[in-house]
Amino acid sequence: MIEVENLHKSFGETHVLKGITTNFEQGKTNLIIGQSGSGKTVFLKCLLGLFEPEQGDIRYSGQLYADLSGDERRDLRQDMGMVFQGSALFDSMTVEENVRFPLEMFTKKSKAEMKERVDTVLERVNLEDAHDKFPAEISGGMKKRVAIARAIVMNPTYLFCDEPNSGLDPKTAILIDNLIQEITREFDITTVINTHDMNSVMEIGEKIIFLKDGYKEWEGTNKEIFKTDNEAVTNFVYSSELFKKVRQMYIEERN
Amino acid sequence: MKYIAAIGKYFIMVWEVFKKPTKWPIMRSLILKEIDELIYGSMGIIIFISFFIGGVVTIQTALNLTSPFLPKSLIGFATRQSVILEFAPTFTSIIMVGKVGSYITSSIGTMRVTEQIDALEVMGVNSLNYLVFPKIIAMLFFPFAVAIAMYIGVLGGWIAAVFGGYAPSGEFIKGLQIDFIPFHVTYAFIKTLVFAFVIATIPSYFGYYMRGGALEVGKAATTSFVWTSVVIIILNYVLTQLLLG
Repeated sequence: MIEVENLHKSFGETHVLKGITTNFEQGKTNLIIGQSGSGKTVFLKCLLGLFEPEQGDIRYSGQLYADLSGDERRDLRQDMGMVFQGSALFDSMTVEENVRFPLEMFTKKSKAEMKERVDTVLERVNLEDAHDKFPAEISGGMKKRVAIARAIVMNPTYLFCDEPNSGLDPKTAILIDNLIQEITREFDITTVINTHDMNSVMEIGEKIIFLKDGYKEWEGTNKEIFKTDNEAVTNFVYSSELFKKVRQMYIEERN
Repeated sequence: MKYIAAIGKYFIMVWEVFKKPTKWPIMRSLILKEIDELIYGSMGIIIFISFFIGGVVTIQTALNLTSPFLPKSLIGFATRQSVILEFAPTFTSIIMVGKVGSYITSSIGTMRVTEQIDALEVMGVNSLNYLVFPKIIAMLFFPFAVAIAMYIGVLGGWIAAVFGGYAPSGEFIKGLQIDFIPFHVTYAFIKTLVFAFVIATIPSYFGYYMRGGALEVGKAATTSFVWTSVVIIILNYVLTQLLLG
């Protein structure tokens, strides 16, 4: 579980995060949503420890991040998996080498043990046949799956995903969403996903935090988001014609 | 003020490079890869340029020694001094800035743009140590390349002198041996080691801290070439004054 209390982050004169308090639950897919410029990415990077907040606390399983030493912070990072928006695979390495990389860097496993673990996670993301391919030789969806495999290979406690569906066709996007949710439940991970994809919100939004102008505007579940009266949330959710029609149908049904 | 901040940032980067080292088996393979890429991969251009520069130095010296009272051995002497003191260490370093420096900036810059450096940091890897340290170690082998450049440069000069009819082989070789000061070679290698460090770190700095996209990677490579060359030229002057002055 990750607990965030009164988080503030600025860049020069620009105050990006303005006192966010929330928590991300273990074994659930927690979504951060909001318009571009609302502070989602900065919030995620604060959670990852890539940005140092000016004010506020972040607790990982009760441990206050600010109290951790440099070595303890690095140890904590080894307990985190991250799926980047552009996958961020090492393009000079094959799929297998990419997934094996964290094991080589941080464990004392034998080559056979590493191979077994890599095979297991690649099989888990349905990429048994891509071991020797380079990132440039595989599709966007496959890259995302490799990134997920690399993120979970160390059995992380926390999984962070930045726009995991961006650039994917709707069908592949749903596959990636479902894969992330299955892995979250299977390994009891605290998963935090930064997205503005409404399909993801509908499919896997077990807990949703809506950010607006650096504030936490709303939080709830995927069932609650379509019923809320919060104007900012409804403006965001129903910005597409499809969702406007869905809401109209819901209101008609209710009446 | 901007430049002072950049210099400070550069030295902080260099300090970070040596902190929290990567596991040795991984680092060893990275170093070998970089030696192959940075040094072995540059040998062709170094040999090619050194050969012709040596030849040109010989021809120009010969054409300027018009007095019949000056011995032909001076051509060999001047070629040796020019090649060992300046052309092999400094000229080769500038060539390396163009070839290796641009490669370093663009490869690290591309990793920055595609979030690969962020991925390393999130995993808890000291990305500066992982990316820059192997390049520094690989560039420690640069003096070997310069030693070859010296030999090839002198060889080019000898071929130009003998086959161009500017000096007989014996006179040229006699000139190569006149007043030879071994410290001049040491001086050249000291310079080369300093330049090697500069070639590994300044382009890394421009790549690592770049912002933007593909276009900015190209701009960073150009800026890195300019600044690395400027630093090498200034250091060349300072080291020459300190070691030979």
